[in-house]
Amino acid sequence: MMDEGFLGYFRSNGKVGIRNKIVVISSVVCANTVARRVAEKIDNAIAITHPHGCGQSGRNFSNTFNILAGLGSNPNVYGALVIGLGCENLFSIDLADKIRESKKPVESFNIQDVKGGTIGAIEKGIDICKGFDKEAKELKREFFNFSHITLGLECGGSDATSGLTANPTLGIVSDKLVNLGGTSILPEFAEWGGAVHLLSKRAINEEVAEKIKEPFKRFSGENRSPGNIAGGLSTPEEKSLGNIAKAGKSPIQGVIKYTEKPGEINGLWLMIEPGLDVVSMTALAAAGANIIVFTTGRGTPFGSPVAPVIKICGNPKTCEYMANNFDIDASKIITNNKTIEDISVLLWKKLKDVCNGEKTISETLGFEEDIGFWGG
Amino acid sequence: MNKIKYVIIDSKDNCGTALDKIPQDAKVDLVNKTIKINNVIPLGHKFAIMNIKKGSYIIKYGEVIGVSTEDISEGDWIHTHNIRSSYLKVKNDG
Repeated sequence: MMDEGFLGYFRSNGKVGIRNKIVVISSVVCANTVARRVAEKIDNAIAITHPHGCGQSGRNFSNTFNILAGLGSNPNVYGALVIGLGCENLFSIDLADKIRESKKPVESFNIQDVKGGTIGAIEKGIDICKGFDKEAKELKREFFNFSHITLGLECGGSDATSGLTANPTLGIVSDKLVNLGGTSILPEFAEWGGAVHLLSKRAINEEVAEKIKEPFKRFSGENRSPGNIAGGLSTPEEKSLGNIAKAGKSPIQGVIKYTEKPGEINGLWLMIEPGLDVVSMTALAAAGANIIVFTTGRGTPFGSPVAPVIKICGNPKTCEYMANNFDIDASKIITNNKTIEDISVLLWKKLKDVCNGEKTISETLGFEEDIGFWGG
Repeated sequence: MNKIKYVIIDSKDNCGTALDKIPQDAKVDLVNKTIKINNVIPLGHKFAIMNIKKGSYIIKYGEVIGVSTEDISEGDWIHTHNIRSSYLKVKNDG
């Protein structure tokens, strides 16, 4: 049954991609422009650049390294080229080795090691990526079931409509995916504060429940602003439920930290990370999400370098003003008497289409290059 | 007359949420009955879809969002004046 699966790209490590991208990753800020110049010459290539790679230590260093490695290892990536400068402390060869653990084609070099300066380095990078591109184009999509999909559940630019329209709509779709054997990841732990007791009840065992409660031994659960209360959120429970509605009602299999990936058991996972939109989306893609659904009320434009991002908005005014930034208009729940279930059918269809290769709006617009890190 | 815009997110809920300002005395058609709204309900705010005794749970998203601090009648506005968190001790005056 076509409804129960999608056409994706098989990877040697057993994962399945819904895109077949080539990524050109700078290991240090100094290599950013070379990485971009290489990527712009290759079909399906994208540069992953950032302001780090030198002068970082401790957790900031390991976060940069692990996030870049995670993005390069994402199942939507066919092959990765890592370009360093040559004197930084985040070695391009170490990053390439880490990405190579995902068993995909990976190459690396440093600009200082190429005779010919940056012109020579760009040419060398283009040659390597042309090789990847030729191989990638020979790979054909095959049929897989939804157990190979990992969905990132993100929201940002939220408003009073989010918890009433787009978030519960996504919850239905996430539950459907989980029921078909797939995986969802809910980030933004700070938003769970008023519903920790409800989330921990959904944990598959006591150990997972403790991991959900643990961060809140240090943080207050009250997460509402005065504006939230004026907008009708009467209790912290209500605010948090509006946020975690994105994750439906599925049992919680485990809790991962920032830069970690879900374990072997599919299903709903929680991720501890700060909840800044671009940081969260980057962390989801680095955790192996091959698709992200982003719910919004006030609107937001960006995508992700490796995971297609489906935008769904519930605010009628935003849906009018930023119509060409959204894949799904959930404001019809407000304006057209559509139900949450009605819109969830559209969102599930869109998710399937995007898995099969249909471009999301942020992909079509090319809003894919922004990434962010926790700390810095 | 425009249809009143509201959402009841889960079938277990005992409140609805206004998706537009609902005027006082408006009639709201639910699945099995019509109720009269007793106060102005601002956008994003809740109203009771049944009588709720003092000390009872308020259910939204199919989960407990708080407990009533007084008897609430069908059609009443529900907010910080008549419910409180059942999970955290919080200041509720914003």
